[in-house]
Amino acid sequence: MTDTLLSVQTLSKSYGALKVTQDVSLDVHEGQLHAIIGPNGAGKTTLISQLSGQLRPDSGRVVYAGQDITRLDMAGRVRLGLARSFQLTTLLPSFTVLENVALAVQAREGSSFRFFRPAAAERALNDQAMACLADVSLADRARRLAGSLSHGEKRQLELAVALATRPRLMLLDEPLAGTGHEEAAHLVEMFGRLKNRVTMVLIEHDMDAVFALADRVSVLVYGRIVASGLPSDVRADAKVREAYLGEEAA
Amino acid sequence: MTDVTRTLAPSRPRLAGRLKLALCIFAFMAVVPPVAHALGEPFLIVVATRMMIFAIAALSLDLILGYGAMVSFGHAAYLGFGAYAVAILSRAGVNDLFLQLLAGIAASAVFATVTGAISLRTRGVYFIMITLAFGQMAFFFFVSFSALGGDDGVALTARSTILGMPWLQGAEGMFHTTLALLVLAFAGLYRLTLSRFGRVLTGTRESALRMQAIGFRPFPYQLTAYVIAGCLCSVAGVLLANQAIYVSPAYMSWHRSGEMIVMLVLGGVGSLTGAMGGALLTIALEEGLARFSEHWRLGFGLILVAVALFSPGGLAGLLRRLNLTRDPK
Amino acid sequence: MFNLFLLQLLNGAQFGILLFLVAAGLTLVFGIMDFINLAHGVLYMVGGYVMAMMMGATGNFWLSLAMVLPLTLAVGLVLELLVFRRLYDRSHLDQVLATFGLVLVLSELVRILWGSAPLSVAMPEMLSGSVPLAGPMRYPIYRLAVIGLGLAVALGLWFVIARTRVGMLLRAGAANRSMVSALGTDINRLFMLVFAVGAMLAGFAGAIVSPILSVDPGMGDSILILTFVVIVIGGVGSVKGAFCAALLVGIVDTLGRMFGPIILKSMMDPAAAAQAGRTIAPMLVYILMAAVLFWRPAGLFGRTVAR
Repeated sequence: MTDTLLSVQTLSKSYGALKVTQDVSLDVHEGQLHAIIGPNGAGKTTLISQLSGQLRPDSGRVVYAGQDITRLDMAGRVRLGLARSFQLTTLLPSFTVLENVALAVQAREGSSFRFFRPAAAERALNDQAMACLADVSLADRARRLAGSLSHGEKRQLELAVALATRPRLMLLDEPLAGTGHEEAAHLVEMFGRLKNRVTMVLIEHDMDAVFALADRVSVLVYGRIVASGLPSDVRADAKVREAYLGEEAA
Repeated sequence: MTDVTRTLAPSRPRLAGRLKLALCIFAFMAVVPPVAHALGEPFLIVVATRMMIFAIAALSLDLILGYGAMVSFGHAAYLGFGAYAVAILSRAGVNDLFLQLLAGIAASAVFATVTGAISLRTRGVYFIMITLAFGQMAFFFFVSFSALGGDDGVALTARSTILGMPWLQGAEGMFHTTLALLVLAFAGLYRLTLSRFGRVLTGTRESALRMQAIGFRPFPYQLTAYVIAGCLCSVAGVLLANQAIYVSPAYMSWHRSGEMIVMLVLGGVGSLTGAMGGALLTIALEEGLARFSEHWRLGFGLILVAVALFSPGGLAGLLRRLNLTRDPK
Repeated sequence: MFNLFLLQLLNGAQFGILLFLVAAGLTLVFGIMDFINLAHGVLYMVGGYVMAMMMGATGNFWLSLAMVLPLTLAVGLVLELLVFRRLYDRSHLDQVLATFGLVLVLSELVRILWGSAPLSVAMPEMLSGSVPLAGPMRYPIYRLAVIGLGLAVALGLWFVIARTRVGMLLRAGAANRSMVSALGTDINRLFMLVFAVGAMLAGFAGAIVSPILSVDPGMGDSILILTFVVIVIGGVGSVKGAFCAALLVGIVDTLGRMFGPIILKSMMDPAAAAQAGRTIAPMLVYILMAAVLFWRPAGLFGRTVAR
């Protein structure tokens, strides 16, 4: 068994009477791809937001690489190597593709309190950014404005930006949502390649992708983990079939 | 990947266009004095100086409003700090322009740091109103400062000196000093907006969430921009006091802050050149309309309403639309 | 000393009530429509001028006051139809540009129609006396009437907001703007109503204050900024917050101007205290606002901003 990189311990969050996360515990092992599946409204994005630091849990702990990061903000977690991609794209539309990535490189390299030298002329920034773009096969779009990309390309860029922060763990929130068949296949292949380099937590609706990629699967229903284990075990679990996969089939 | 910098080309034409327009504005300004003399209308030099002073102020506001998406409604306070730095120092016998600039900038830096840190805890409508309130606070401070004339303001005995020389005494000295500072301000801000810092600021404007997701905490960058803008605006204040040879709290009233936003919106925000164009246009409209009627504010107000309703994006928006219709891409 | 305090407390409450009348409509406009309206103070001024005009024509205070309501309501409706309606989904900057333009237009129109000199409005006879306050102090009946009228309006607003369907929509809208449209209501009519009633309340405030203060073209400006302070302290979109904050601001401002110098005198020499008092008193409400926002960035009754 490999080491635990991220350990979530009895995490809970409510909005008023609505319990969106209930007593969630799970361990993500270094080097693995851990998928979290569940029906709509199960609280998957809320869970990811608590892991990334965008939302504060009401109780419970998040431990990353042996360090309690429950109270750390998003920027702080990113600097520790915990990156996140968003379901609704939050790219900077008036920046070029390259500039979007270069900004993420800039965040971890050197001070950003530099007021005079044009950032576009910094080779170090641009070279590293281009390398990330090459990783997601988007190098030929580097000069385009991010706002003008197709939906699938935006998902790729989203990934490149996350990669540029040099993550040890990536939280991916439905990276395949809204992509076409071909784009999805392309992205799945990319995750397959990245698996060797980065630990990933993947939220996804596309079951084919999940079972093709995941080392472990957890099922989230109404804010609770109802099953967790190897993909084959989870697929066979009666509770899961009833609560989720059955619903899909219906 | 032989030449990565070239991959940034798409923003180049936009930037180059802006730069060219800015150079046109500077060139146009530079020929004002000889033309004014040729026409026998020397007051045009005074008007042009006023235009450029407000262009500096508008540039400074554009940094936080256009690039940082911080709609400050209290920016005129910094005009006041600059102007009162001149009044207070000259009363104490210090007439040197650089010392006065330094004092105005220092006062602005302190005020901007404190009020900015509080204001930046809020967002949207709250930010607009809290900056307005801080502006009013500064306004009332000087209104009740009876030693400096209070509400009525105070006349200066003479304009400031530069290195002991009375270069600002004549309209042309005033004009050229202002032009030089305007060019400097534009060049500095232009570089700043392209720098690492500028990228972080602009990125925060587009999505604060994204910036946090790549590891930036926006606050220190926003606050720094807020302070820089305040300091630069106080430079305009120092010039304004010198040009009018008179200082009053009216420089810092909320009308003045509103007028500065109007300049930006008229010229188009977030392009620096637009800020200068907007300032020039606004002052030209005010001066022009005032020659027709004492009720010029009626016409000016109607123009503003019409622009807001029918030409979103101001002058820049209009130019862009004309451009698009001519050259559809 | 205590009597003086009581007197100033009443003055502060009366000023606060006025602020509330102006702020009530505006806080809803900010909260529900996310609309920056700088022209709201001008409606207060228009109320004052309409009152002065009507008094000149009829000489009857109550008739004039009754006329102010429909007329300012109409002004609000016209402005909404011609200008505001087209700006709801625009940026704050466009809204600032347009409403700043309106401030210039309406103030200048007033100057053209009535000149720049202050106008005065006579007090109705039945309210012109004063009643004994504790000891030898007396308090003008008219000011008490203003407080009473304001409280009545506040009570009416509370009823509308707490008990009626429109009120429910307003509360829902202030809490969550997208919810109102989700409810499938005719948004445009709701907005129009809020604007028009807000204009009427501001006009009403301008009218009832006219016998106490004079009517002049600058009256809208000074109240507008204080109204902003009230709205921000109370929390954008909260009428209850506006009410509490208005009283707070009215009382702090009035007492500060009166007692600030007195308190300072006990701490420093009289001349310095007088200067410091004059300087600090008008800044007091802004310091209050900064303090409130420092601890509660969304105001006293505002919904907390998700960060």
